[in-house]
Amino acid sequence: MNHNETGKAEFFSVTARRRARYTLVFVLLIAAFFAIIVLNINTGNVHISIPKILRIFFLRDGTATEINIIWKIRLPRIIMSAILGGALSLSGFLLQTFFENPIAGPFVLGISSGAKMTVALAMIFLMQRFKIVSSYVLIVAAFVGALLSIGFVLLFSRRIRNMGTLLVAGIMIGYICSAITDFVVTFAADSDIVNLHNWSKGSFSGMNWSNVQVAAIVVGITFVICFFMAKPISAYQLGEAYAQSMGVNIKVFRVALIIVSSIFAATVTAFAGPISFVGIAVPFLVKHALNTSKPLIVIPATFLGGAVFCMICDLIARTVFSLTELNISTVTSVFGAPIVILMMLRRRRGN
Amino acid sequence: MGTYLQLDHLSVGYNTVPVIEDINLDIQKGEVIALIGPNGAGKSTILKTIARDLVKISGDIELDTKNLLSYSFKDLSRKMAVILTERIKVELMTCRDIVGTGRYPYTGRLGILSREDEQKVYEALETVHAVDLADRDFNAISDGQKQRILLARAICQEPELILLDEPTSFLDVRHKLELLSILTRMARKKGITVITSLHEIDLAEKVADRIVTVKGKDVFGFGKPEDIFEEERIRNLYEIDNGFFDPMFGSIELQKPQGDVPRIFVLAGNGSGIPLFRAFQRKNIPFATGILFTNDVDYQLARLFATEVITEEPFSEIGDASLTRAKELIASCEKVIDAGCSIGVSNQRMQELKDYAESEGKLFGPEILSEMEAEER
Repeated sequence: MNHNETGKAEFFSVTARRRARYTLVFVLLIAAFFAIIVLNINTGNVHISIPKILRIFFLRDGTATEINIIWKIRLPRIIMSAILGGALSLSGFLLQTFFENPIAGPFVLGISSGAKMTVALAMIFLMQRFKIVSSYVLIVAAFVGALLSIGFVLLFSRRIRNMGTLLVAGIMIGYICSAITDFVVTFAADSDIVNLHNWSKGSFSGMNWSNVQVAAIVVGITFVICFFMAKPISAYQLGEAYAQSMGVNIKVFRVALIIVSSIFAATVTAFAGPISFVGIAVPFLVKHALNTSKPLIVIPATFLGGAVFCMICDLIARTVFSLTELNISTVTSVFGAPIVILMMLRRRRGN
Repeated sequence: MGTYLQLDHLSVGYNTVPVIEDINLDIQKGEVIALIGPNGAGKSTILKTIARDLVKISGDIELDTKNLLSYSFKDLSRKMAVILTERIKVELMTCRDIVGTGRYPYTGRLGILSREDEQKVYEALETVHAVDLADRDFNAISDGQKQRILLARAICQEPELILLDEPTSFLDVRHKLELLSILTRMARKKGITVITSLHEIDLAEKVADRIVTVKGKDVFGFGKPEDIFEEERIRNLYEIDNGFFDPMFGSIELQKPQGDVPRIFVLAGNGSGIPLFRAFQRKNIPFATGILFTNDVDYQLARLFATEVITEEPFSEIGDASLTRAKELIASCEKVIDAGCSIGVSNQRMQELKDYAESEGKLFGPEILSEMEAEER
């Protein structure tokens, strides 16, 4: 009996220990989040010291140039990279859940390229007529493109439940979309594609507050929806049939999953262009740091982790070869690709 | 009691193509039902249709007096739990997490487990004797352990009906027995109805209250094990033509040795002959045996394997006719093996056979078997 009692106490104590670990990871992520924001404001072509930053923030005391650099350039850019980094990572997490495949992500599956194609088309055609395009329109265009790509991927991969096929389908769709984009861009008038060049390679530069506002609203609402999908996602992790036996309406849930992940991916692409590897690497790192795949914990942690990851990458893109800015994908690939390779190796060893 | 699950003229299949038609079953609360039949016969199809994983083609399913389709998935999840054959692919989930998903129908919007839910998880793990596995990674445990965890998950769901699709397939004997005994205990104690497909017909016979035989559209039996388990029916069901099914012990035997002329005569009885019969079957040596009473355990195997079995009615003495026939066979065989049966009042004439064989110089003990093996090599 005594043995039983200790076993039982042990059983229930684990929950508390796990919570401690989750808390630790969240505390570290939040600390990193703020540290990087400070670092990001502080570094750049114009160096602004921390006391100065604080003075500008709280007392509005500083030179007009410095205030402008912080308020008009660096701050919106940082916040944007945080929002979009989080959205991109969550999009990856949802797609991995959907396809039951840890290598799935918006970039690999051609969803980013699809969104990029429709955004490019929208920009060029709408610019010709209206000379200005609203952020919302671009998001909608990107969303349509994302759904288009994912539709094709589903068409190919639903029948063949094979990781390789899925990836090949995604990569091919990515190439087709990129080809169409390039084609359109080549024949477009220069004035219509001024902004297209940087964007099409992936970049957080040139963000303004109105961009931030739109992205925050769209990603914020989608995040809340996603968070409340944590429960069915947890059931879905055991597979479709089990999820249904637990009371999940599979058809509705699958559609919701695709729509939510597409909105995330589309928003990112509409503002920052295609960004590679974040969607795969961040969920993997976060899950392993937490040592769980519980969606309720993983969803907010992935968002936070994605935000931190993209802010770091953006900082590097911006500052390492100062005056020349790197594409954000260049940096995310350098960090992300090795992680994906590591994942593959681990899986192979696991089998 | 009353009917808990009723299948009424049900046809099941894939994409409107029926696999099995016109199924009529009424299953009582707390019954253990086994579905048996060859691979690909449609056992899973029936289970999946009941689980609403597949759309039925025609007919009706009634669960607890209501049409199955009138339940929402959510309501259904409180009535029915499943254990499927497909292996589940998860990452970074401990057994506790897996079992905890069984609480899904009872948790709030975010699916957070309350203390009470955790208590249920603990109890379910206790039921399947797996508390010590709680914090192991699900991917790192053995198949037998996985199956127990999935059962705990189903128990945690507090269903009235559990559907299992070949739950014993990857398990060794001990784990098979363990799993099935947990299931039957739950059916008795908690009145949970269990419907399971099984590959092991011998286990089905022992575990199930009633048995459904599934094969094509024709052979479709439903009844108590003693009615279903006739040799002919099982042979037809599985189309066994190179072996036998023994309904008494629920065992499956291979084909008998080829040849009509026995080379060996075995003096058997009281189970002493069985190891020899099996040895000759393996070596494909035709043999005859006797004199066995028809209630002797040796008789059950001898009648399947021997070219000829000389028998007597139980509790009677050995008659002249059998004795003469036995002597004839001894005369024509190469060797006579005394399996070592004990001789009592009713079979005392076995001694005569022994003496006869001895005088012919053909009598050997069971140890001759190893010599014969050496010779063959």
